[in-house]
Amino acid sequence: MNRPISDGVSAAAGTLILPTRRAMPGWRKVLRRLWQLRTATLSGVFLVVLVFVAVFADFITPYNPYEGELVNRLRPPIWEHGGSWEHILGTDQVGRDNLSRLIFGARVSLAVGFLATVVAAAIGVALGLAAGYIGRLTDTVISTVINIQLTVPFILLALLFIGVVGPGLVIANYIAVNVIIVLGVASWPIYARVIRAEVFKLRELDFVTAARCLGFSDARILLRHILPNAFNPIIVLSTVQVARFIIAEAFLSFLGLGTPPPTPTWGSMLADARQFMFDKWWLPTFPGLAIFITTLAINLFGDGLRDWLDPYSRNI
Amino acid sequence: MSTYLARQVIQLAIAVWGISVIVFVVNFVIGDPINALVPPETPEETRQLLRHQYGFDRPILVQYLDFARGAVVGNFGESYLFRKPALDLVLERLPATLQLTVAGMGVATLIAIPVGIISAYWRYSLIDNIATLVAVAGQAMPIYWLGLMLILLFSVHLRWLPASGYGTPQHLILPAFCLGVFTAPVAMRLVRSGMLDVLAQDYIRTARAKGLTEWAVVMRHALRNTMIPVVTVLGLQFGQLMGGAVITETVFAWPGVALLLINAIYRSDIPVMQAAVIILALIIAGVNFLVDLVVAVLDPRIRLK
Repeated sequence: MNRPISDGVSAAAGTLILPTRRAMPGWRKVLRRLWQLRTATLSGVFLVVLVFVAVFADFITPYNPYEGELVNRLRPPIWEHGGSWEHILGTDQVGRDNLSRLIFGARVSLAVGFLATVVAAAIGVALGLAAGYIGRLTDTVISTVINIQLTVPFILLALLFIGVVGPGLVIANYIAVNVIIVLGVASWPIYARVIRAEVFKLRELDFVTAARCLGFSDARILLRHILPNAFNPIIVLSTVQVARFIIAEAFLSFLGLGTPPPTPTWGSMLADARQFMFDKWWLPTFPGLAIFITTLAINLFGDGLRDWLDPYSRNI
Repeated sequence: MSTYLARQVIQLAIAVWGISVIVFVVNFVIGDPINALVPPETPEETRQLLRHQYGFDRPILVQYLDFARGAVVGNFGESYLFRKPALDLVLERLPATLQLTVAGMGVATLIAIPVGIISAYWRYSLIDNIATLVAVAGQAMPIYWLGLMLILLFSVHLRWLPASGYGTPQHLILPAFCLGVFTAPVAMRLVRSGMLDVLAQDYIRTARAKGLTEWAVVMRHALRNTMIPVVTVLGLQFGQLMGGAVITETVFAWPGVALLLINAIYRSDIPVMQAAVIILALIIAGVNFLVDLVVAVLDPRIRLK
C-alpha cells in the first residue's frame, strides 16, 4: 500500500508511470472476496438451504409432523439398536417423526427470528432517528427510556411481557403474533442506541448541511440522506439479532410460553425431550443442535457481512 | 466528584422508577389483572364485582400511585398464590440467585483471564485460534441446551453430579459451570483485546528493556492495566449475567428468584411478578452504579467528563 512515490516515477522524464495492471473483471473480484470470506459464504449457503427446506417443508418431510402413531412411539434413531430407515431420527412420545418435526420447527424459528428483527428494527430505527435528529427534550426522553429498558436483561422483559399477553393469535399454524411483538418490543433499544449515535455523527457532516441549505424537508434529509448512510450498522446488527431471537423464541417455547402446541418448534421439542432424556439422549440432542448450528451459521454469516460492508477491513 | 455522584444516583433512581412503570403498565394496562384471580369461565358480572372489590376499576393513575406508594416501602402486596407478602417470597429466594450469579462469574473469570492472556501473548498461534473458535461457537450456544447437555453427560452418563436441586456444593457445580461457560467467551475476548493493546505500549518495552522476566512483564505490568477496562465492561454486563442466571435456574430447577418468577408467570401471580422483576432490576442497577463509582475513583478522567 505505502510504496514510495519514486517507485512509479521515471527519473529521466519526471513523469508518473502507473504500473500496467489489467483490471480484474467484477465477477472475479466478487469470487475472490467470497473465497476470502469462505466461512461466511459457507454459512450463507447453509442458511439459504435451511430457508428453502423450511419453505418447502410440506413437500420435503416424509411424515406429517402433527400426526403420530402411538404404537411407534419413542423409536430410536437409525444407528441405535432398534432403529429403522422409516424414522431416521426416531419418533417422539406420541410417535411423531422427529426429522419431520425438526424441519417444520425451522419454519417457526426462522419466521420468528426474521419478523421479530423487523419489529425491533422498525421501532428502534424510528426512535433512534428521532432522538438523534431532533435532539433536545426528545433525545432526553428517548435516551432515558433506552437506558431504563437496557437495565433489565432482555430475556426477563420478554418473559414478563409474554406471561401477561400470552402467545396470542397463531397465523398459518406457525407464526405466533404476540411472540414476535414481545421479542421486538423487548429489544428495540439496541437499535435505537446504535442509530442515535450514527445520526449524531452523520448530521454534522457537510452533505447534510448542504441538503439543509438546499431547503430539503427534514423528512427528506432523514430518509434519503441520513438513513441510507446508517444502513450498514442496521444490517450487521440485524444478523446478530435474528440469532438472538431464535435462541429466545426456543427458550420461551421450552418453558411452554412461546408458540403453542401442537406446532412443532425446536424449543418445545427440547421441553418434551426433558422427561425422556435419562435413557434417550438423542431426544434433547437434535433440537438443540438445530438451534446451535443455525445461530452459529447466522453469526458467522454476520461476521462476514460486516467485513464485506466495512470498507476499512476490505483488502483490495 | 460529588456532582458526578449525584448524577449517577439520579440515573439509578430514574432507571428503577422506569422499570416499576414498565412492570405496572404491563400488568395493569396491557393485561387484565382480574384474569389472575378468577377461572376463565367466570361470567362478566362476577368479574365486574370483583374488579370493584379489588379496586381495579379505579382510574389507572390512582392505581399506579397506590402501587408506587407501596413499592417504595417494599410493599408489593400479597402473593395471590401463597398468601404471603410478595417481597418476602422474593427475598427468601434471593440468596440462591446471588450464589449462582457469583459462582458463574467466578467460573467465567477463571476461564477468561488465563485463556485471554495466553491468546493475546501468542497471537494467531494454534492455542489462540482454537480459543477464538470455541468462543465463537460458545456465543451461538443456547445456554438452556448447554445445561441439558451437561446434565446428560455428568448426571446421566457419568453419574458424577446431581442433575438438579439445591443445598450441597455438588448441586452448585453444574449450574455455575453452565453460567460461567455462557459468560466466558465475551470476557475472554475482552481480556485478549485489552491485553493486545497494552502489550504494544511503550512502557512494556521499557519493562523488558530493564531486564524484567516475561512473567513479571505480563502479570505485573500488562495484566494490571488490562483489568480496568475489563472489570468495567464485565461489571456493566452484570445484567447479561443475570439474564443467563434466569435461564440456568429453569434448566437446573435452581430455587432462585427466576424460578419463582416463572412460576408466578404461569399462575398470573402479579404481585410476585412485580416484586421479582423490580428487585432484580434494583440489583442490576445497583451493581452498574457501583462499577461506575469504582471506575470513577480509579480513573479521574471519567468523572470530569
